Amino acid sequence: MASPNREPLVRLVKRSSIPLWQSILVRVAAIILSLLFSAVIITLITKLDPVKVFTSMYNGAFGLELRTWNTIRDMMLLLCIAVGLAPAFKMKFWNIGAEGQILVGGIVSAACMISIGDKLPTALLLIVMALISAVAGAIWGLIPAIFKAKWNTNETLFTLMMNYVAIQLTSFMVDVWDKKGSHSVGVINQTTRTGWFPPIAEKQYLLNVIIVLALTVIMFIYLKKTKQGYEIAVVGESENTARYAGISVKKVILRTMLISGAICGIAGFIEVAGVSHTISVNTAGGRGFTAIIVAWLAKFNTFTMILISLLLVFLDKGAVQIATDFGLNEYASEMVTGIILFFILGSEFFINYKLIFRHSNKGGKA
Amino acid sequence: MTLASFISWFTGAFVFGIVIMLGCVGETLTEKSGNLNLGVPGIMYLGGISSLSAVFMTQLRVREMIAEAAAVFVEAGNRAQEWVPETGLLKFLTQPVTSAITVKGAEASYRVFFDFNGWIGVVIAIVAALIGAAFGGLIYSFLTVTLRANQNVTGLTLTIFGSGVANFFGGSLNKLAGGVGQISVATTSTAFRTSFPWISTAFGKVSELLFNYGFFSYIAIVIAIIAHIYLNKTRHGLNLRAVGENPATADAAGINVTKYKYLATCIGAAISGLGGLYFVMDYIKGTWANDGSIESLGWLAVALVIFTKWKPINAIWGAFVFGLCYWVYLYMPQGVSEILAELFGVQKISHLQSLYKMLPYIVTIIVLIITSLRKKRENQPPQSLGLSYFREDR
Amino acid sequence: MQQSACTLKNVKKVFGSIVANNNVNLDIRRGEILSLLGENGSGKTTLMNILSGIYFPDEGEIFVNGEQVTIRSPKDAFDLGIGMIHQHFKLVDVFTAAENVVLGLEEKTRFDLKKVAAKIGEICDKYGFHVDPYQKVYNMSVSEKQTLEIVKVLYRGADILILDEPTAVLTPQETEKLFSVIRNMKKHGKAVVIITHKLHEVLSVSDRVAILRKGEYIGTVNTAEATELSLTEMMVGKKVELNIDRPLPVNPQKRISVSGLNCKNSEGLPVLTDVSFDAFGGEILGIAGISGCGQKELLEAIAGLQPCEEGSKIEFIAPEDETPVSLLGLSPKRISQLGVSLSFVPEDRLGMGLVGSMGMTENMMLKDYSVGHSIFTHTKEPHDLAERIREELGVVTPGLSTPVRKLSGGNVQKVLVGREIAAAPKVLMTAYAVRGLDINTSYTIYHLLNEQKAKGVAVIYVGEDLDVLLALCDRILVLAQGKVTGIVDARKTTKEEVGLLMTGKGGDK
Repeated sequence: MASPNREPLVRLVKRSSIPLWQSILVRVAAIILSLLFSAVIITLITKLDPVKVFTSMYNGAFGLELRTWNTIRDMMLLLCIAVGLAPAFKMKFWNIGAEGQILVGGIVSAACMISIGDKLPTALLLIVMALISAVAGAIWGLIPAIFKAKWNTNETLFTLMMNYVAIQLTSFMVDVWDKKGSHSVGVINQTTRTGWFPPIAEKQYLLNVIIVLALTVIMFIYLKKTKQGYEIAVVGESENTARYAGISVKKVILRTMLISGAICGIAGFIEVAGVSHTISVNTAGGRGFTAIIVAWLAKFNTFTMILISLLLVFLDKGAVQIATDFGLNEYASEMVTGIILFFILGSEFFINYKLIFRHSNKGGKA
Repeated sequence: MTLASFISWFTGAFVFGIVIMLGCVGETLTEKSGNLNLGVPGIMYLGGISSLSAVFMTQLRVREMIAEAAAVFVEAGNRAQEWVPETGLLKFLTQPVTSAITVKGAEASYRVFFDFNGWIGVVIAIVAALIGAAFGGLIYSFLTVTLRANQNVTGLTLTIFGSGVANFFGGSLNKLAGGVGQISVATTSTAFRTSFPWISTAFGKVSELLFNYGFFSYIAIVIAIIAHIYLNKTRHGLNLRAVGENPATADAAGINVTKYKYLATCIGAAISGLGGLYFVMDYIKGTWANDGSIESLGWLAVALVIFTKWKPINAIWGAFVFGLCYWVYLYMPQGVSEILAELFGVQKISHLQSLYKMLPYIVTIIVLIITSLRKKRENQPPQSLGLSYFREDR
Repeated sequence: MQQSACTLKNVKKVFGSIVANNNVNLDIRRGEILSLLGENGSGKTTLMNILSGIYFPDEGEIFVNGEQVTIRSPKDAFDLGIGMIHQHFKLVDVFTAAENVVLGLEEKTRFDLKKVAAKIGEICDKYGFHVDPYQKVYNMSVSEKQTLEIVKVLYRGADILILDEPTAVLTPQETEKLFSVIRNMKKHGKAVVIITHKLHEVLSVSDRVAILRKGEYIGTVNTAEATELSLTEMMVGKKVELNIDRPLPVNPQKRISVSGLNCKNSEGLPVLTDVSFDAFGGEILGIAGISGCGQKELLEAIAGLQPCEEGSKIEFIAPEDETPVSLLGLSPKRISQLGVSLSFVPEDRLGMGLVGSMGMTENMMLKDYSVGHSIFTHTKEPHDLAERIREELGVVTPGLSTPVRKLSGGNVQKVLVGREIAAAPKVLMTAYAVRGLDINTSYTIYHLLNEQKAKGVAVIYVGEDLDVLLALCDRILVLAQGKVTGIVDARKTTKEEVGLLMTGKGGDK
């Protein structure tokens, strides 16, 4: 039995609101703490000077113009997927299936490059590729959405399974296209470069940047300013309210997943036509999952996503650089990314709740 | 299909099934507490790498110790020589004899230890896998239960983290062992793959089909059965299910929701981690490959939870069915494959392999759809799955 | 004097900026039934949740059997013999009765549901009720669930029982049965607390009454010395004659005509059976009934949110035009496109009428955001409307973009009612429009409804407080188990008549 008059050491109270500067402070503190923590881990494991390690990380991401562009390229890819996921997540539709939607978009892009690459002018070809990859991604996103809308089938698990169907489909297509029996397609149209993104102002990845930033801006406006965006927000908050407002929940679910899947499909197109120029089961490379975290942490604000994508890609590039500089293993990046995300996720708690310690009065402490 | 190929299909499916069955049983336990842990692949990674590195590092250390001991012997032999007379037969005999004895002695002790070490290794591996995987569960519980972070996002992060840690150390261990794919803990793996004597051969083909697997396979099945009994026949199992269905009710009934969520998630993670252990020690025979295969198995384990409708007892046969699906491409009768190839316009029959591998996922999707269609209350996911609980919410 | 079982001293509990309980003192005695009386939102449930370990008090002391205790969790409460039967049942749907009963118990004996079932049988025999231990909760009726809750608490050997509004969902017969069970418990020396806001129940069942008002403790009196009037005064503070204006309807015209309306819920059970009535412009039609008798479905059916069976008829007759427009099977959007101006204040304000995470401005456009051809939402009109409602109704909010979830209950309702009235409706339907509101806000709402009535709007008012229904409405339609048991003239009927109709018995005479 509890001894008398002892309240628990710490109690939780939900915050009603928090000033903006405080919530930013909490997040920045979380990132700094996580970097320190990662530094300690790296030092303990490798006995290297953490400052040197972080310098090397910076070099890896921005050290050379080429590296900076590679960082931007990867960041745009991640951002594009996160932008695609934003409407679905705002609607509280757990689209874990970006991975699959990217792959099917990539497959049809590759198919275009292989089959009709030499029959169309570049601009037209790229437009056709973008369109049909959007359609492919949209279909992949629509299938779980239809079942969600009609029978309330769990979309988290459904979209997750769709990823693996897409992976096997990719593997199948790779076999079909593979002429050498090496279970890979190799660089498509290596000599003719048809279906590749053309360099703009001699910058190879500028087109990627233009497309993705355009999507980012459009999505921001779509979610904040349009009627459809308003509908998404209402459905995400409460289906009952949506029904009350005369919004057809089913229609919104289908339409939103169509858009979400289509943008993820376009991400697949950018990856295949604008980055790797090949297709394999690793084309999505886990970005579909990472982008979920980006979208979630950004609270569906597409501009915040730019910063978070940058942070994650910076970590990734940096870790690869550490690996080469210090003879480590490149998987260190995933480890560090994991640690940092854990910290950021945990920090949300201090934004939503406050702790009240025994004997301290109402003010509490964050 | 010949009997031999049937047997090899069957056994392949069985061993494959054990990996995902363990992952599935652990995740079922976790989900019954209302925690949808999408970190299963990461946790299986953690279990696998923990067991492998623990055994490998122990071996390395033991080898060093024995080498040190041998060096001491040699040194002692050399010292001994200084004591014997300068000349004569004795001197002639001692030098080779002492060296021979010391070398043989070292080798023998090494062997003796390592024959024995197989079983020491088994214990070390299991303990390490349990701890490593439970640690993953602990991170997840702390973030989602105590800090109330979003479960899906936390789970996915755990998968990234787990695969990062595992492949980082896996790569480093390979380097320590002398190059990619060099790491091996063969003795421990052999111990893991030891089947029970007598029964593994006594009944001919039946034994070959059912009793010829590593002992750990049967422990895994027992774990699934225990999980089933725990969930359905015990007081604590009832409480746990209540936590997952309706935490507010469980709380009002005096159940410590936080404790149950933590324990179910950590113990569940530990069991899932044993799947990683089994994969490393039995399935790929004590080696390591950074090829992401654990990750895809982890997701299959998540799929299996749905397929089994959150019932561990179903995981025993469900995992086997998944295994059959996974390997079906190797054993599909020529005629069927030809028809299918014709149907899909595939030039080479081997290309069908990927399509066959889709089967487990498609089957899971179908099960998911059917359960949502039939709306049978007992077959639904735990009602509060994916939601965090805060008592003073109002 | 009976032995004191539990004493609360100076208990205080704060949620954010709302003081739910302040300086509450309470003495609960064995062999006695104590009523905890107070209006909705007076902090009764919060107080008892503190006692049962759901909430932790910010200040104050609790004594059980004379010893000071700390109740950190429901488990602590059980160990002290405190058991609470919550208004919203705390049962696991997919479990059987027996499984629910043993939930959370740490008995040393082997886990055996057969023994549990036997013990449940014993308890049922002792107090005189029936529970099938092997029935799944999702197959149970409301009163069966409540019985199960009581068995659950008794099984744990609780000797301080708290019942939170136990009669809200029961028919009078079931209520009487419950009261006899409670009296039985009293005889067995248990301390019983009943939370309620129904005076006649207080007077008929309890020994003493403790009264809360807006979270403040007002006092405790012996029931024998109390009258309805004295209790009401303590409950509402000053003597409040329900002095609601009720002008005579001017030129009532048929506006809504419902006939033969049948609806089924998602499980295929009938929730509305053969409902027929007319609502007139310029009058307030009250709808009375025990909660969950089809009121929600009826309003939603008219609003186009509830699918109806074939053969049902719902028609709207415009003031200028005599031709009825059928609303059956139309979506809310379609209804408004037909020019039928229909406003609806639903029971679930934040879960249906408003979007909790949005500010006032964004909530203003909830029902007409789609008007016009632009793909973008309007910004100016909703902002102006929000500003107007804030001023006219005195909505207290830090800003028009502050999420409405963070406003107090009264302000939330003002936002919702304000928006619905601003749409200049021809029909205004409200469900439990004053639930949880303080007296002043309630009167503001009554006044707004009367204004609409004067403008010739057909007002449909679903309420739970019979006194208000009798004072505010022109006619009262009574629902019992989804059937209309009577439509009475509110000026001539009595509380007893309506109460009888609510039980479904009145129609027989």
